[in-house]
Amino acid sequence: MPVSNVQDRATQTGVSSADVPQDRIERTSAAAYRIRHHALNMGEVQGQGYVGQALGAADMLATVYGDQLRFRAEDPHWEARDRFLLSTGHYAIGHYAALAEAGIIPVEELETYGSDDSRLPMSGMSTYTPGMEISGGSLGHGLSIAVGMALGLRYQGSGARVYNFLSDGELDEGSTWEAAMGAHHHQLGNLTAMVDINALQADGKTDTVLRTEPVTEKWASFGWYTQRVDGNDVGALLAAFDNAAAQVAAVGRPSVILCDTKVGRGVPLLEEREKAHFMRIEEHEWQTCREQLTAGYEGKASA
Amino acid sequence: MSATTEAPDTTTAAKPKLKTSAMIASFADPDQKTASAPFGHALVKAAQENDKIVGLTADLGKYTDMHIFAKAFPERFFQMGMAEQLLFGAAAGLAETGLVPFASTYSVFAARRAYDFLCLDAAEPNLNVNIVGGLPGLTTGYGPSHQATEDMAIFRGMPNLTIVDPCDSIDIEQAVPQLAASEGPTYLRLLRGNVPTVLDEYDYTFELGKAKVLRGGNDVVFISSGLMTIRALQAANALAAHNVDVAVVHTPTIKPFDAATVLAEINTDRLAVTLENHSVVGGLFETVASAVVTAGLGKRVVPVALPDQFLDAGALPTLHDRYGLAVDRIVAKVLAELG
Repeated sequence: MPVSNVQDRATQTGVSSADVPQDRIERTSAAAYRIRHHALNMGEVQGQGYVGQALGAADMLATVYGDQLRFRAEDPHWEARDRFLLSTGHYAIGHYAALAEAGIIPVEELETYGSDDSRLPMSGMSTYTPGMEISGGSLGHGLSIAVGMALGLRYQGSGARVYNFLSDGELDEGSTWEAAMGAHHHQLGNLTAMVDINALQADGKTDTVLRTEPVTEKWASFGWYTQRVDGNDVGALLAAFDNAAAQVAAVGRPSVILCDTKVGRGVPLLEEREKAHFMRIEEHEWQTCREQLTAGYEGKASA
Repeated sequence: MSATTEAPDTTTAAKPKLKTSAMIASFADPDQKTASAPFGHALVKAAQENDKIVGLTADLGKYTDMHIFAKAFPERFFQMGMAEQLLFGAAAGLAETGLVPFASTYSVFAARRAYDFLCLDAAEPNLNVNIVGGLPGLTTGYGPSHQATEDMAIFRGMPNLTIVDPCDSIDIEQAVPQLAASEGPTYLRLLRGNVPTVLDEYDYTFELGKAKVLRGGNDVVFISSGLMTIRALQAANALAAHNVDVAVVHTPTIKPFDAATVLAEINTDRLAVTLENHSVVGGLFETVASAVVTAGLGKRVVPVALPDQFLDAGALPTLHDRYGLAVDRIVAKVLAELG
């Protein structure tokens, strides 16, 4: 693939949500609310889990599944579907909630999360769950697989797009940067990466574990069309995904949307709790979490 | 380095030392019939019949004969750069879209460096990803960085993976389309460049998953794979001069292993010897040994294999002699065993 004549300079755009119609924002916000609600219910069944991450990423997932992704809920293997690859297997709780919101799995099934014989294991696997494209969990794999999928779809003349969901902790993995180089080298204009930057990883805050900043400059210097947004601002997310969609080309720059999010977002009790990779929530607190989530959503919706 | 610590033996200083030569030393004998780049040509042929086949490499196209395919099908070839994790992650992604990738690098990088990607991205979803590993076992004099002496030991534990250790150009030519046609991931221990052609002299065809008896013999049975089948056949001829009658069973598919054929040959009064271009740990010998024990045969098996060591750098003939893969060493070992 001759790429030398392709415009190579990355752009960091200012993202404005001013042009996004209010009804799209409301629809996506409502989806995000339901995803958070599902995640809390799943967390309660387990008594634990990666609820904080699911709440933080709910707006990203709602934007992709509710507004961007082309899929057929009744046919998860539809050939022309866009592919959504979850690298961060432990975010499966949020992803299952999004798959239920999208109608790909039944809402009732969510209560089996992490149970024996469930199709919804704690860490997401393609071999278990409809709509789960890859088995994530060993971090740093998703973007490499996404590069191959994007190459394969383009080679076969498909217009389907590939989305890869990563976390900022995953940027520690060298393979992520191999793939970032590869996507740019092969000019995969059908590939969009979305990075949940919650500034937290297993052993603590990202900047104390392995500093990944300046993240924006890193992606831009790798040649990607780079945007950075408040990942809990649905309007900004929609605008950023619209910008990325406008960039889509069979041969062109890959896009990355860097999303700064807050662990536990939408539930003040958890937003204020000491941040932990695996957040402990007491049995009596789940109902409080749901009430706070609903109060916050309804308060915002009526404002 | 070898464990030898004494000063150089100056009495032999007049004898010229062999040179390590290029990265990929040929193991063909000087007068042996060879075929050039059999893997590359076989992949081109298979791709002419199967439009799903694509090729990838990690900056080692010329060194894995993938360049033949890249030249024939430039639009179906993807250069992934010196990035083995990307190579195999992307190969899995290509397979996810219905294509049949052959991804090449050196065996050391596939087995040691990219294992997690092969295991989780290709093997767990049982995708048709075909790993092509150059320099398997002891086929370079560059030392442990390039000598994949434990590649099969690493890969045998990976569920779903088929492992093929071809002997010669015939094996490679016949294996490639079968690897493409088989479901699930495969690992081919590549022989590249001018590869000996040996099996055309026998009533033999490569069948994935099958061991084949190449010649019968009453005193000894060799169970061999890879280039050691060439040595096994040569050693069998040499042993005939000592009135030792040797059978040779070639087992190019290491996993799944054709235990039925091999055990039927081992379960006799003959001396049983395994021969492999691999560490004595975790390769053909242990595959055969576990089959023998599982079947309760209580039969002794003698391994010809590389020692459980990091090997020396040097010229390939020197190293094959040093570590017991050379024909003379095999003959001597068998004669010693027979007393």
